[in-house]
Amino acid sequence: MTVLNVNGQQHRIDVDPRTPLLYVLRNELKLNAAKFGCGLGQCGACTVLVDHEPVFSCILPISVLEGRYIRTVEGLGSEGRPGPVQSAFIEEQAAQCGYCIPGMMMRAQGLLEHNASPSDAQIRDAMAPNLCRCGTQMRILRAVRRAAKAMMADAGTIQETAK
Amino acid sequence: MVWRVLLTVVVVIGSAFGAFYAWAWNSEIPPTNAPATLFDPGIVAKGAQLAAVGNCGICHTQAGAKPYAGGFPVQTPFGTIYGTNITPDPDTGIGSWSETAFRRALHEGVDRTGNHLYPAFPYDHFTHATDSDIGALYAFLMTREPVAKANRAPAVPFPLNVRLFAAGWKLLFLHKGQIPPDASKSAEWNRGAYLAESLGHCGACHTPRNVLGGEKRDGQFAGGQSEGWLAPALNAASPAPVSWTAEQVYAYLRNGFAKQHGLAAGPMQPVVRNLKKASDADLRAIATYVASFAGLQNDADREQETQKALDFARSRDSKVPMPPSGAITTSTRADAKPGRTNNDSAAPSGAVIFVGACASCHHSGGELPVSRPIELGLSTPVNAPDPAALLRIVLDGIHPSSGERGPIMPGFSRALTDPQITALVSHVRSQFSRQPAWPNIAAALTKVRQNKEPATEAP
Ligand code: FES
Ligand code: FES
Repeated sequence: MTVLNVNGQQHRIDVDPRTPLLYVLRNELKLNAAKFGCGLGQCGACTVLVDHEPVFSCILPISVLEGRYIRTVEGLGSEGRPGPVQSAFIEEQAAQCGYCIPGMMMRAQGLLEHNASPSDAQIRDAMAPNLCRCGTQMRILRAVRRAAKAMMADAGTIQETAK
Repeated sequence: MVWRVLLTVVVVIGSAFGAFYAWAWNSEIPPTNAPATLFDPGIVAKGAQLAAVGNCGICHTQAGAKPYAGGFPVQTPFGTIYGTNITPDPDTGIGSWSETAFRRALHEGVDRTGNHLYPAFPYDHFTHATDSDIGALYAFLMTREPVAKANRAPAVPFPLNVRLFAAGWKLLFLHKGQIPPDASKSAEWNRGAYLAESLGHCGACHTPRNVLGGEKRDGQFAGGQSEGWLAPALNAASPAPVSWTAEQVYAYLRNGFAKQHGLAAGPMQPVVRNLKKASDADLRAIATYVASFAGLQNDADREQETQKALDFARSRDSKVPMPPSGAITTSTRADAKPGRTNNDSAAPSGAVIFVGACASCHHSGGELPVSRPIELGLSTPVNAPDPAALLRIVLDGIHPSSGERGPIMPGFSRALTDPQITALVSHVRSQFSRQPAWPNIAAALTKVRQNKEPATEAP
């Protein structure tokens, strides 16, 4: 039995502890945002956050994740109330087939949690592990910039109201 | 009487220092303006190949900046020294250096104005380069794009920052002169010896150094350090389970990959990238020379040992269970009843982590859409005397240099915790190596984590 904390909820999982997280997210928890692209840690379609760090869930056995905080796109917001990164991707229409996008959003979220106003070079650097075969990169970059601005603005309003 | 003795001591020390100072003093060589148009294109092309063999571009180029304009931090146990601007810019580069001044720098480690250079610039090797090769290098550098970029002062603590110390170092470790040819060896071997020992400066990383930073003369190619990586021994002490052949060394230098050995990583990766411009004949010569140090020179012995290593590697490899595929049916849902406990998950063992994190690439079954890595049982880092290189690879992975094709391995520095990495690395050692277990992986991991590798960007 492995206890996983996904998007703030505890789940008791009874599968082989060697199973990579991606399969558990999709098959057991029916959280289907993270995608299977290569299964080899080479494409980033399966990217999720573990303790605020983007990781490839296809090569991370659940046994190493007990007591750690896992987040997927489902934890960023809902269809009715998308989070800032999701909204930015929607507003920039940053998707062709969309297969890489959940991974892109999680990597962007991870970046923005560490660095609220990244430079273009920093965004490119941080997003580099995630591949997009449709060629949506320019829109994705715009979406990340937009999300950064939105999150800064949000933080500003929160500070204003706190005063 | 006492005064007399004291006076004699003072005079002796004083004159010894005076003599040393006089010996160590170098005059300035007047500035010059060497017009680029005067260089023969054939000589420039030869210089380009020699610059590739010498890997000048690595230490003299900062990541993301213009080639040869300096700024790369060379970390030494004595402090950080920044590669200088060697573009022909007259003010910040070497544009005002005559060929004589350039030759003096390579042969004697003295800059144009007469300052002693730190031995991070490996003039203890370059001193063996022929005048004509240095002339070609000079022609090549003088025809590069001049870049105005001021040199960064070395971060070396007192008293080592007194340049005269470098003169003292030379007294001990600079052995000038050509490398005497060995008549008992082939012309190719002798060519390789010349290139490897002079411009190639292989020993700068692969030969251990003494406390003063000089290469140990009795330990040639016995293995050293570079930028926090292990520079493996190239002689009989090589940790590679399969003894290197000239053909394999050549493949490794040419393509960055040798069957039965694996790929060039760490500081060797930019070396191989630079060597792309080196000629085939020169690489084969270097390979012939380097392989002549390998442990097994007799073909029959070699074949026997290779077979043993391969058998061992394959036997261990096939014992790795396949990672579970997508079809997992033995599950309960999020509302699982407690009680069906699987104790493995309480403290994941290295073997459990290996299957979930590594085996999808590092096992022998199934097909990979990308090139398959070599069996871990043949890997040099896995069989090395200490775990630093393997830890570095597990943490950072392997990535081709920006814009280039090449094998990729993701790093696990953030995905796995320190105890998990320690367990994993300890498992890999016991599963895939016949060498004894590493005693203190956790401490080595802390050290490797602290020692961040500087980014390299070669032209
Ligand atoms: S599916 Fe995980 S990196 Fe490609
Ligand atoms: S949108 Fe199709 S792979 Fe990125």
